[in-house]
Amino acid sequence: MNEQVVFQAEGIGKSYPGVRANDDVSFAVTRGEIHALLGENGAGKSTLVKMIYGLVRPDQGHMTLLGETHQPSDPRAARAAGVAMVFQHFSLFDALSVAENIALGMENPPARRELSARIAQVSNEYGLPLNPARRIATLSAGERQRVEIIRCLLQNPRLLIMDEPTSVLTPQEAELLFTTLRKLADQGTAILYISHKLEEIRTHCDRATILRAGRVVDSCDPRALSARELAAMMVGGEMRDIDRSGRIAGEVLLHAENISISAATAEGTALKNITFSVRSGEILGIGGVAGNGQEELLSVLSGETRSPAGSVTLEGRDLSQARPEARRMAGLLAAPEDRLGHAAVPDFSLTDNALLTASGRKSLVRNGLIDRAAARGYAEQVIRDFDVRTPGPGTAARALSGGNLQKFVIGREVLQAPRVLVVNQPTWGVDAGAAAAVRQSLLDLARAGAGVIVISQDLDELMELSDRFCALNEGRLSDPRPTESLTLDEIGLMLGGAHGMAEAQI
Amino acid sequence: MIDLSTFLPILMAASTPILFAALGEMVTERTGVLNLGVEGMMIVGALAGFAMAVATGSPVLGFVAAAVAGAAVSMVFALLTQYLLANQVASGLALTLFGLGLAALFGKTYEGVKAPAMASGPLGLNWVIWLGLLAVPVIWWFLNRTRPGLILRGVGENHDAAHGLGHPVRRVRIMAIAFGGAMAGIGGAFISIAIVLQWTEGMTAGAGWIALAIVVFSNWTAPGVLAGAWLFGGVTALQLQLQAGGANVPVQLLSMAPYLATILVLVVISALQKYSRRAGLGAPGSLGQNFHALR
Repeated sequence: MNEQVVFQAEGIGKSYPGVRANDDVSFAVTRGEIHALLGENGAGKSTLVKMIYGLVRPDQGHMTLLGETHQPSDPRAARAAGVAMVFQHFSLFDALSVAENIALGMENPPARRELSARIAQVSNEYGLPLNPARRIATLSAGERQRVEIIRCLLQNPRLLIMDEPTSVLTPQEAELLFTTLRKLADQGTAILYISHKLEEIRTHCDRATILRAGRVVDSCDPRALSARELAAMMVGGEMRDIDRSGRIAGEVLLHAENISISAATAEGTALKNITFSVRSGEILGIGGVAGNGQEELLSVLSGETRSPAGSVTLEGRDLSQARPEARRMAGLLAAPEDRLGHAAVPDFSLTDNALLTASGRKSLVRNGLIDRAAARGYAEQVIRDFDVRTPGPGTAARALSGGNLQKFVIGREVLQAPRVLVVNQPTWGVDAGAAAAVRQSLLDLARAGAGVIVISQDLDELMELSDRFCALNEGRLSDPRPTESLTLDEIGLMLGGAHGMAEAQI
Repeated sequence: MIDLSTFLPILMAASTPILFAALGEMVTERTGVLNLGVEGMMIVGALAGFAMAVATGSPVLGFVAAAVAGAAVSMVFALLTQYLLANQVASGLALTLFGLGLAALFGKTYEGVKAPAMASGPLGLNWVIWLGLLAVPVIWWFLNRTRPGLILRGVGENHDAAHGLGHPVRRVRIMAIAFGGAMAGIGGAFISIAIVLQWTEGMTAGAGWIALAIVVFSNWTAPGVLAGAWLFGGVTALQLQLQAGGANVPVQLLSMAPYLATILVLVVISALQKYSRRAGLGAPGSLGQNFHALR
């Protein structure tokens, strides 16, 4: 074995109930190398690095660090062995100072004054200015990441793991980060860099190991490959031929004009200048990694968030200030991503859940009183037409499997005969049979003349369903393009954030 | 009408049970655990301390027993919330009801019994009062100047991050819950052994709830807890002197005054904090949330 190898994994496997997160994963990181771990969300990247950092124990396989067996029982053991990690979601304490945060991440932190001096020294050395006395709550995302990086650097790590570090950074901050990483690599630190952004990996990484569905697909030199070749390896698979017949795109039903909404919470994403329209009989696919504004877009369309007047119109009627129920009555319906808690109330019966969105359109409430018989009848109709496997409409939503509840949620909206239906992650965590049924129902709905917007992370699904495809990235929506003329490679590029490249290839 | 030579000792005595209970609860909440069982832990401590003091004739052993008993019942809460991941609010309320009932049941035999006399300490004040005052700077120093204190605050601020960095979230929380129970037990025993000198059912009379309110009022700091306890003790001493002086105010209103004053100050302070720049910085980030690590 090469003595330059810092870290090696052989045959690593890890299972969670129902999921094989990692299967027979092997790769090696050498001294002074920036090694990319590339894969889609859910490909098993995070689980893998959590095992290296001692947060998760592998079921199978063997890891070595600097030639010695690496079996950390907890992150402290991993740190003692020379592994440091910068987390995707910062592991910082908002109410504590920079110095206190750094001390919490060290095994034997020096006294307060000495620690402050060392923070100042390291931050100057790497051009990462930081005031040790400031509270984390007052720092920007880039500054917060500096805290994490300096916390790692103070321990002189042999292997530095960066979990999607640029997802929250501005381009300038990202450039600064790569300068720092290159400096570290030149000093001999091995860096394991996790990302799904193709361009930054091609520009900055020395090697790439590509994961798909928990397995290593390939290991390559990313600089020698094009972004589209990397995307093909990351996404995998061939496009399936499907029948999209019987649907004729008619007049514009729903139009969104220049929607910009600032993020409601610190974790939220701001929507930026979103403009699109959906025609009758058409399915518009919106792809992108979750957390790039998907939930925010759905809530702007469903009415949970109001947008400026004139920004959301349905068949010429301005609905941007309307409440969700008024939008439903006008024909704009939505099925959010989170089945248990957002799309359905877990402890309510299916009848009550049907009532929640269908009461107006299906006239299930008369004179302010619930028409129980009509509500039960509608729930039974949904159960029958959408083949929901359940003892009856009195069953609590919580008791249904993910696929069955999803069929119920979609069916509840579809049977209200919407003019436009918006769905977010319609088949997420749903078994194949139910997923096919849900997709078929969306196709049928469009065939009947409705407009459908499918927001999804699943590329195969979007290729199968949508007539036009656009990508939502950091709150920005790309221009929609006809799906038929798109190749999987181009879609991978649109999602990977290579802004403008897709347009340039037309 | 107000005589300082009697007013101050009464203030110190009346504030001590609250001070102990609130300091313990403050430390517990700083780890992110909201234990509403303070009242229950106090009453159990009051009975256990009284029983031990009577049995051995030693008030010191009584306070030790109260601390052990308070910590022991708090472990019921720890088991429910830290291992079984039960809701903290419901578990805390249950602990209060459980403690009140348990103490009432086993306290029957102690009704009418007199507590052994306690030696008084410097300035004529009971040594437990001094211990409580000493605990304020010690706890402040521990939380703000030591590494275990930093880890404790980190666990309460963001338990996911603390876990990610390898700090034992559950162990820290269980130790803090036990500490909170022991402090509440001592506070309760102070009422039965040092103030009332006998056992009566329900004798903590809502002191645990006042302690909980004071933790919020203090913005989760030890000096703030002391200020809150003194406020409560001060109004208590004042109303007792008004009663003794035969003031023409209904006794019920006077007895209510300490509780009313504490709640009013709490409301005003919370309202002021809402408009200050430090808004929300006091409460630990993970307060009241259960933590479960997936391995």
